[in-house]
Amino acid sequence: MTVALSGKEIADKLEQQFPGSIVESSQDSLVVKSEFLSDVASFLKDTPDLDFNYLVSITAVDYYDYLEVVYRLTSMKHNHSLVVKTRCYERVNPVLPSVVSLWRGAELQEREIYDLMGISFDGHPNLKRLFLWHGFEGHPLRKDYW
Amino acid sequence: MAIKTEPFVVNLGPLHPSTHGVFRMKTTLDGEVVVDMEPVFGYLHRGIEKLAEERAYSGVIPLTDRLDYLASMSNNLAYVLAVEKLAGITVPERAEYLRVIIAELQRLASHLCAVGFFLNDCGAFMTPVLYMIREREKILDLFDMVCGQRLTYNYMRVGGVSHDIPEEFLPALYKFIQRMPGFIDEYDQLLKENEVLLVRAKGVGVLPKELAINVSASGPVLRGSGVKWDIRKADPYSVYDRFEFDIPTGTVGDCYDRYRVRIEEMRQSVRIIKQAMEQLPEGEVRSDVPPLIRPPVGEAYARIEAPKGELGFYLVSDNSIAPYRCAIRAPSLINLTALRDMVKGWKVADAIITFGSIDICMGEVDR
Repeated sequence: MTVALSGKEIADKLEQQFPGSIVESSQDSLVVKSEFLSDVASFLKDTPDLDFNYLVSITAVDYYDYLEVVYRLTSMKHNHSLVVKTRCYERVNPVLPSVVSLWRGAELQEREIYDLMGISFDGHPNLKRLFLWHGFEGHPLRKDYW
Repeated sequence: MAIKTEPFVVNLGPLHPSTHGVFRMKTTLDGEVVVDMEPVFGYLHRGIEKLAEERAYSGVIPLTDRLDYLASMSNNLAYVLAVEKLAGITVPERAEYLRVIIAELQRLASHLCAVGFFLNDCGAFMTPVLYMIREREKILDLFDMVCGQRLTYNYMRVGGVSHDIPEEFLPALYKFIQRMPGFIDEYDQLLKENEVLLVRAKGVGVLPKELAINVSASGPVLRGSGVKWDIRKADPYSVYDRFEFDIPTGTVGDCYDRYRVRIEEMRQSVRIIKQAMEQLPEGEVRSDVPPLIRPPVGEAYARIEAPKGELGFYLVSDNSIAPYRCAIRAPSLINLTALRDMVKGWKVADAIITFGSIDICMGEVDR
């Protein structure tokens, strides 16, 4: 059984390592400030007793006030998982750091989020629309798109 | 004297039999060697995630049929598991067993197609695939018995399955399960040691273990690279923890390994179905769930080992009758992340079998 690590405990660890990086945390997940995302991601991947070597998925949700990006991580060695979230409060041209350099599995998924949710990923090697055509206006998975 | 060549761009697809759907590989060729390749998606994009936001929870089930249409039952299962997790709905024991039987039959059907069409790409044109379609047909007949459909089943329901199985299902399933190992032996006899297949598939399109994990590959693609990772064992859902089965893995991660993993997985699926048939309890097949479900505010992620890899549904609820957000982790799309690395430096014909060995379904890639 994959053990879902407590977001609170990991958040405490991260707060020690990177003061001010955590927005909030619960049993299921933790929310990090977007400017700390790259540091937090590499910390989670490289710390031996966390060892999150497998990025299960990235998705984004539009909550009107902010756009939330959800990173679902798993460690195959320890068989535990963690959900890390980050938020963009900007609706026009929101930018997040890309995690492709850590997990290449993010490559197509970040393109998909860029396409359908309109979040740019800084440092992505080939950021362009994945499904819709070049020149399409709007980002259909946003809640204000009709 | 060496002939001077220069690279040129050839579009493989979107309408080409080897691309298994409407997929385009924009290849840069130097002679017959693939110098670079860029996958182009979107020809089958229907916006299923957006459509799901406007339908009641149970109304999304038919939409999931249209994701990976070669394994609709698995998609149904992953989605209803997510809704059940979100709303805290329990499922009767008998329904759990039926789900396992159906999901494993679906794995057999999907792998039969995957292996058959892979061999087709390798040049064993149409003969092996017809043998495999023959058995797939028997599985479709079984599905026809339980839900009256052959492709888009809409069989799973939140809280169970739509109908109990008819009387004639179990005898027919028993007959099929008795004969299936013999059919799998027959496929092996035909092609396992075939010299042409070995030359075409061994050492071609290698996906090393570390890269497979780094690109989030899943399913037979990941296991073909030698990673023993199967959601049914690593994070058991439904009643999978009650069955004995092995996880077949490859060694080097070439096309041949992925083909062998699928064949061995079929044997394991037969094993699971046998055990599930023996343990199948009597009773209800659907718990009492209102037609319009209003899950509490929150979110849930449920994942299953679908035939093509880890299929996950991430649902966010705002306590209305429709999902606020329904995000799909599509294994077919994510397994294609490493395609460029796998085909670079190989000949065009190798690129086609490498692509075939990943086994994708465009309905799931583009959604």
